[in-house]
Amino acid sequence: MKILILGAGQVGGSVAESLCSEANDITIVDLDAARLAKLRDTLDLRTVTGNAASPLVLRQAGAEDTDLLIAVTQSDQTNLCACRIAASLFNISTRIARLRSTDYMSYPALFDDQNFAVDFTICPEQVVTEYIDKLIEFPEALQVLEFANGLVSLVAVRVIVGGPLIGHPIADIRKHIPNVEARVAAIFRGERAIIPEGDTQIQADDEVFFLAATKDIRQVMSELRRMDKPIKRIMIAGGGNIGYRLARALESDHQVKIIERNKKRAEFLATELKSTLVLQGEATDEELLESENIDDMDMFLSLTNDDEDNIMSATLAKRMRARRVLALINRHAYVDLVQAGPIDIAISPAQISIGALLAHVRQGDVVVVHSLRRGAAEALELVAHGDRRTSKVVGRSIGEITLPEGATIAAIVRREGMAADTDNSANAKDDRPSKVLIAHHDTVIESADHVIVFVVSKRLVPQIEKLFQVGLGYF
Amino acid sequence: MRAFFPVLNVLGAMLAIFSVTFLPPIATSLIYQDNAASAFSYAMGICLIAGSISWLATRRFKAELKTRDGFLLVTLAWTLMSLIGSTPLMFVYEKMSFTDAFFESMSGLTTTGATVMADLDHAPPSINLWRHELNWLGGMGIIVLAIAILPLLGVGGMQLFRAETPGPMKDAKLTARISDTARALWLIYLALTIACALCLRLAGMNWFDAICHALACLSLGGFSTRDASVGAFNSPAIEAVLIIFMVIAALNFATHFVAWKSKSIKAYWNDVEAKGVVTLLTISCIGAGFYLWKVDYYPSLWTALRHATFNLVSVATDCGFVSVDFDKWPVFVPLWMLFLSCILASSGSTGGGIKMIRTLILSSQGSRELTRLLHPAVVNPVIIGGAIVPNRVVFAVLGFIFLYFMSIVTLTFLLMFGGLDFISAFSAVIACINNAGPGLNVVGPAQNYGPLTDFETWVLSFTMLLGRLEVFSLLILFTPGFWRK
Repeated sequence: MKILILGAGQVGGSVAESLCSEANDITIVDLDAARLAKLRDTLDLRTVTGNAASPLVLRQAGAEDTDLLIAVTQSDQTNLCACRIAASLFNISTRIARLRSTDYMSYPALFDDQNFAVDFTICPEQVVTEYIDKLIEFPEALQVLEFANGLVSLVAVRVIVGGPLIGHPIADIRKHIPNVEARVAAIFRGERAIIPEGDTQIQADDEVFFLAATKDIRQVMSELRRMDKPIKRIMIAGGGNIGYRLARALESDHQVKIIERNKKRAEFLATELKSTLVLQGEATDEELLESENIDDMDMFLSLTNDDEDNIMSATLAKRMRARRVLALINRHAYVDLVQAGPIDIAISPAQISIGALLAHVRQGDVVVVHSLRRGAAEALELVAHGDRRTSKVVGRSIGEITLPEGATIAAIVRREGMAADTDNSANAKDDRPSKVLIAHHDTVIESADHVIVFVVSKRLVPQIEKLFQVGLGYF
Repeated sequence: MRAFFPVLNVLGAMLAIFSVTFLPPIATSLIYQDNAASAFSYAMGICLIAGSISWLATRRFKAELKTRDGFLLVTLAWTLMSLIGSTPLMFVYEKMSFTDAFFESMSGLTTTGATVMADLDHAPPSINLWRHELNWLGGMGIIVLAIAILPLLGVGGMQLFRAETPGPMKDAKLTARISDTARALWLIYLALTIACALCLRLAGMNWFDAICHALACLSLGGFSTRDASVGAFNSPAIEAVLIIFMVIAALNFATHFVAWKSKSIKAYWNDVEAKGVVTLLTISCIGAGFYLWKVDYYPSLWTALRHATFNLVSVATDCGFVSVDFDKWPVFVPLWMLFLSCILASSGSTGGGIKMIRTLILSSQGSRELTRLLHPAVVNPVIIGGAIVPNRVVFAVLGFIFLYFMSIVTLTFLLMFGGLDFISAFSAVIACINNAGPGLNVVGPAQNYGPLTDFETWVLSFTMLLGRLEVFSLLILFTPGFWRK
């Protein structure tokens, strides 16, 4: 696929990195030649220096035969303008724009083909905020990812001593909690991935990925580990976009303190946030943390732009006995470095937000893609089309489907009363209730089912895509 | 002296125009045949001639007014008009002293509503109309002054704050030009007055009383045509109408303007002051009503609520109508009413006192200091209506409050020095500096300010002007720096 990325910042860079490895032709445009040079050195892509909203620059970047435009510059205006130009002059079929300001988002009509011609908008800050919000709701989880509009969740959880299932085979889940259906999609023991069978035993310190209806996940988690008290008191270091959005989302039912270095920004936060306590200072200042009772905090989140600061302040907070600490870390090398150390959760914003983009890049009818374990593994929600004759999955039971080694079908979401395969693209609005079928060997996939597939390695994604593509007979 | 000729020029013009306001009393006098027409005609003549002469004599010096001239102009305008306003009273009542006549006129123009006159029920209708007209003109003057002129002089925390901050408050800048703003506000004021008069007529007053009380109600002046004030009518309907219009008058007229322009009452919801006024009034009225019923002052809860609500709203909004002698109530309630009169009215309304916006800024500042003690690193600016109040404004408000309370203390001492008892002196100063009207004890609701000595009357005349011009604008004239070249 020919992809044009506008903006080589954190988001643009990691999108490029992630897509480069998947045999796409990528061109990236940015104003900063030095930044582009750096990318060109490490990745196999083309770069163009210039204003991303200029027709001339876009033409130079080969916009004329591009399939997908990803406008992720810092400026909302540039992104919107580039989408309009892409539609008017170059006929690029799919246009994605990053929009930070909620102002634009509140007028969906702006994104029509007559107006800015944006097919999909993404807001990385919002995606990361929601991601962290989930982790606060489920403090025991390492990752909580939603499929089928939140009906099904994939949860990563570290098994620790005290979980009733430790030492038992997976099949025992059903005996322990008979009224709940859950499927363990994968177990990571150290760096090794285990595709679980019914008799695989769960051990302490395993990282278990399981899939269950969202309402059931707390119950399933309690089988794997002792449950913590819910999180009430939260301290956020860094009042940037993510810190601010998170504080705003949490302040109504949590006690939130936020530490911001910049005085002007702190004043802005104090004006916009209602019950959050805004503190001005350094998050690595031991005395400040001490005087604000860091040891009483249920969760400490360091969300500044600076990886080193985040690591240091999170480490400090942990040592000063904050219950659970989370750090936002952009650099891959650091994530691996600290994950096992004093920091409970290290999250990479680029990896989280890239899922929202990946769904549009994937072949076939992919609704959602979540990147797992820092991009190594992936979970996809795909729509099955066709019938037994044209499709390799529809009309077959899961046992019959030949999946590549390392891939699992974890669940199926089926709309009630869905007769034939009509319109079921990613954005189809449909109010009919859906039900979650946790996958068994004998579950038969029907057309229009949303199938959630877990792959332990990203290498397997093309094979899965191919599996779900409809043969020629379908058309 | 020469430097003040431009001010005199404007004052002359204002006085000449002011002479027109003598026409309604003259007409009234002719209709009711109360023999006061000649008095008003003489007064009108004096006003017109004095105004014209000073206007024509200083015509050569006509110049753009400077900020400094503005302070002088505002103070002189109020003083001179009070002076002119007192002339018909002296012509009609030969026995009335200049002191009392000036007090009455100043009380009218500052919308205080404290009166030195007894036997109002039998006063010539034209005199009563004149008193109420003074109330109404004073109210109009203060709205235009507060919303259109004081901001130009940079006086008052609210004005400073409004002009410079974005957000919902910005609406207060109503139109691009001061003259347009003034006209719009004047129209709203007029429309509300007419509405009030119609409602009062429907509630059972005769036309003359209805018009007079409407004039005094919208201006939150509080003069009445009866010695017993509104109590003389003894009608819940009339009291209800007056309560509603008093509350309306205690809200910012700029908010009324926005509401009228946008044809929605959302403007009131966005006005933090309006919320404060209504909340505080509701709680206080219910509380006072229950209290009076509980201590068995009134046998029925309904009566207690009725009287508590009317008198509390009237004093708290700085209007000053009275329906019963609340001086006899357990002292808790009247003192609470006087306290409310200090803080309750909105900026840009016809009420007086500290104003709700300053109250909100200060209480926010108070809680801010408390939080800071617990969290030394906290950033919690004073936020009113979603916008930060700059520290400069907070300091200006603190300065205002200090001067305001020092004025109360000093003036109370002055009155006590003259021999008045503490409660009378204190309540009289509070009632006058807030432009409310009735105080307690000697100056209580069943009494009037007539028995006071000349010295006390002059002190209170000054107090009314001080409160009406928001302390700063008047006190600045007493600083040597103001007169220095």
